[in-house]
Amino acid sequence: MSTTAAPAPAPAARSLDAARVRADFPILSRTVRGKPLVYLDNAATSQKPRAVIEAVTRYYTAENANIHRGVHFLSERATEAYDAARAAAARFLGAGDSREVLFTRGTTEGINLVAQSYARTNLRPGDEILITAMEHHSNIVPWQIVAQQTGAIVRAAPIGDDGELDLDAFASLLTHRTRLVALVHLSNALGTINPVRRIADLAHAAGAVVLVDGAQSAAHLGVDVGALDCDFFACSGHKMYGPTGIGLLFGRAELLERMPPWQGGGDMIESVTLEASTWAPIPGKFEAGTPAIAEVAGLGAALEYLDSLGLDAAAAWEGELLEYATQQIAAVDGVRIIGTARDKASVLSFTMDGVHPHDIGTILDDDGIAIRAGHHCAQPVMRRFRIPATARASFAVYNTMDEVDALIASLQRVRSVLG
Amino acid sequence: MSSISELYQSVILDHNRSPKNYRRMADGNCTANGRNPLCGDELTVWLKLDGERIEDAAFEGSGCAISRASASLMTTAVKGKTRPEAEELFDRFHRLVTGRLPGDEVASLGKLAVFSGVSAYPVRVKCASLPWHTFKAALDAPAGAARQQPIA
Ligand SMILES: Cc1ncc(COP(=O)(O)O)c(C=O)c1O
Repeated sequence: MSTTAAPAPAPAARSLDAARVRADFPILSRTVRGKPLVYLDNAATSQKPRAVIEAVTRYYTAENANIHRGVHFLSERATEAYDAARAAAARFLGAGDSREVLFTRGTTEGINLVAQSYARTNLRPGDEILITAMEHHSNIVPWQIVAQQTGAIVRAAPIGDDGELDLDAFASLLTHRTRLVALVHLSNALGTINPVRRIADLAHAAGAVVLVDGAQSAAHLGVDVGALDCDFFACSGHKMYGPTGIGLLFGRAELLERMPPWQGGGDMIESVTLEASTWAPIPGKFEAGTPAIAEVAGLGAALEYLDSLGLDAAAAWEGELLEYATQQIAAVDGVRIIGTARDKASVLSFTMDGVHPHDIGTILDDDGIAIRAGHHCAQPVMRRFRIPATARASFAVYNTMDEVDALIASLQRVRSVLG
Repeated sequence: MSSISELYQSVILDHNRSPKNYRRMADGNCTANGRNPLCGDELTVWLKLDGERIEDAAFEGSGCAISRASASLMTTAVKGKTRPEAEELFDRFHRLVTGRLPGDEVASLGKLAVFSGVSAYPVRVKCASLPWHTFKAALDAPAGAARQQPIA
């Protein structure tokens, strides 16, 4: 804590000093192909601040021990740190009770856990799972698998040409047969922000539970599971400035308590005999085996880091970057933005007449600029827009207006190389 | 020459813009589909074989400049060749784009030598070789049967 005479500004008014933020991320000072790195592939994974890297290193250098099983000093310390990270994650997600937050391997594992534990035991033949046409494959395939296992049916609500969910169509697909609604909060392929609260209200009124894929929203919108009124919320540490291999799944306690474990092993039991076992209370019931302890330490540091920046300030800055980039890219001949929803964040997906996104990606890479070119694990979205792929620039808190200018200049170069 | 201009040589750009043999072949007797699930590139190759000789070759599909130009130049190059000659050409082409073809052999590839710049971009090797893998699958397909060639 610093002490100053001036009154502290309100958190929402904290503005962001991009240069200072950049200094926190060691990788941003490297060069790529002889040019300064311009990293605009944040929707794939974000870079890591020094605080996260150091937390992981510190754990292995000075604190390494297994949790929940030692009586020795280091094990006790590791257990405390692990539990503290869970409490921090619960605060970050707005969960009232840290038992409602499970550590997973990431968004994908969180969704699969809900599919295999909640949906598989609760769905009957003819029951419906309602998703949207803008989902990432990880919020499609687990439902298809559980539908095969249970005889349930997966339906998808369509999206409009602007990439917005068709709410009327969604409402008409929502029936008494719908038992589960699963949708993305912030689309990685289009940048669309879905009105999750409104959808949750509709879904609950129809008697369905709601899972939110928060892979993109956790670090770019900020999350309050209470305000969203969702039943499950899944996100990935590596997309929120934390390590790979760790994620969070929020689930309402009364649901988690009634769900069977989905993996068995150490740490998830209360007692084991050779004939039968009983389960630990939540969250332990869902965390079989030695967890990713170092990654949890890193994730804890990432949440602290996000807190210190202020998510509101970060989101506001990313909003300015997106708006500027959206304006500037219009000057490049033949560019078409895919995803023009009114409510958007951090993602700019586009195509260029006569140029395949792969060729865009290669030429930008030659200028040190990292974007993604492809279907973004959202093939149904590509099919919906009748395109094979898009190029996608996605922003994070450390990006700058100069980097947007570099992107646009490089796109002009694509035009001049490929005609 | 920068590596970008070496990758996107004018011959490649021309074949990307107006590919040769870009058509559905009605009287072909072998065909295969190729796709690169990573980027969504897809193409179909048709061949008309007369015994061991490739009388005609054509393709259709969507892909990047490298894969379109490669399919265009490939269909041109294999026309009139026998099956073993075409397979040998594929082998040399593959060594070229993976950087394993000795410099003094590059010229033997004729126009296909314009793909020498690809070896500097390992992720683009699949783009250049997808048409060839699909061609090979078509060659090996029993007459009339379409073969899926999942990854180049
Ligand atoms: C919207 C969305 N959902 C789910 C995922 C899957 O996340 P992960 O691969 O970290 O499990 C991603 C990541 O690309 C995503 O963008």
